[in-house]
Amino acid sequence: MKSLEELRRLRETLQQDMLARNGDGNPRIIVGMGTCGIAAGAREVMQAIMQQVRERNITVTISQTGCIGMCEKEPLMDVQLPGKGRITYGHVTPKDVESIIVQHVINGQIVEDLVVARLEEGEGQ
Amino acid sequence: MRELSLHLLDIVQNSIAAAADLIEIEIMEDFKSDRLSIKVTDNGRGMSRSVLQSVIDPFFTTRKTRSVGLGLSLFAQSAQRSGGDLVIRSKEGVGTEVEAVFQYSHIDRPPMGDLQGTLLTLIVLNPTIDLVYRHNYDGRDFVIDTREIKRELDGIPINQGQVVSWMQDFIQEGLAQLRGGRVE
Repeated sequence: MKSLEELRRLRETLQQDMLARNGDGNPRIIVGMGTCGIAAGAREVMQAIMQQVRERNITVTISQTGCIGMCEKEPLMDVQLPGKGRITYGHVTPKDVESIIVQHVINGQIVEDLVVARLEEGEGQ
Repeated sequence: MRELSLHLLDIVQNSIAAAADLIEIEIMEDFKSDRLSIKVTDNGRGMSRSVLQSVIDPFFTTRKTRSVGLGLSLFAQSAQRSGGDLVIRSKEGVGTEVEAVFQYSHIDRPPMGDLQGTLLTLIVLNPTIDLVYRHNYDGRDFVIDTREIKRELDGIPINQGQVVSWMQDFIQEGLAQLRGGRVE
């Protein structure tokens, strides 16, 4: 059984690691968590994101938004790289998450087939 | 919604939208009384009496992005067709409590589903909110309190990858033990 003692040991390791990593300027991932998003599979998309982040050991800032009125395109997943516009991907499946993480978050190439909206940097922020 | 854990994830979004910084979830599975209850209590801004009266109406919402608010009405319908009901208590400036009760053995009661996924999603996406989860299964308890975890982490973000892995295992093992399942 996992214990708090184990968590304390993990803290010691992570405190060292935190010194080496700067939290500013991380890529941002935003998941739509309205009723429509949840019913369409946002939780499973979120779990796939967490799995990819762990497996690839990348540092990203993950947050959520509510219903933005594009219910028919849920689950929605936005990616915004530092200094770039915000790209909204629609009808995202857990399988799509790997492509979005590898192609866009890590390599900076937008996955055009899945894009449903774009927000230029500074627009609507 | 095909799972109660998805309703739970959805209902907690109301607490988050109401600017709560402490959300308590209590699940009770009581076989003796053939009753399952899911209760979410928050310290958010609460609702006025007039909002409270309309809140189950699917065509009522305080949001501007669309003119329907389905979360609570879907949860209420699910409880009502499973021999139960949904009750909301709220006070402006104090908080809100939503409790759904189901007849445990009712054929229309949705399965509990992936509670671990719901809890992790809530914690990772809302690291500044404190979440207390209490689950009682036929007299046995499992509790996870993010305030306690944050104290132990001493400044390390609760949504840091390795911490999330620890919580994933902690929740998985806790829920398995609760149900008397073997943990490897």
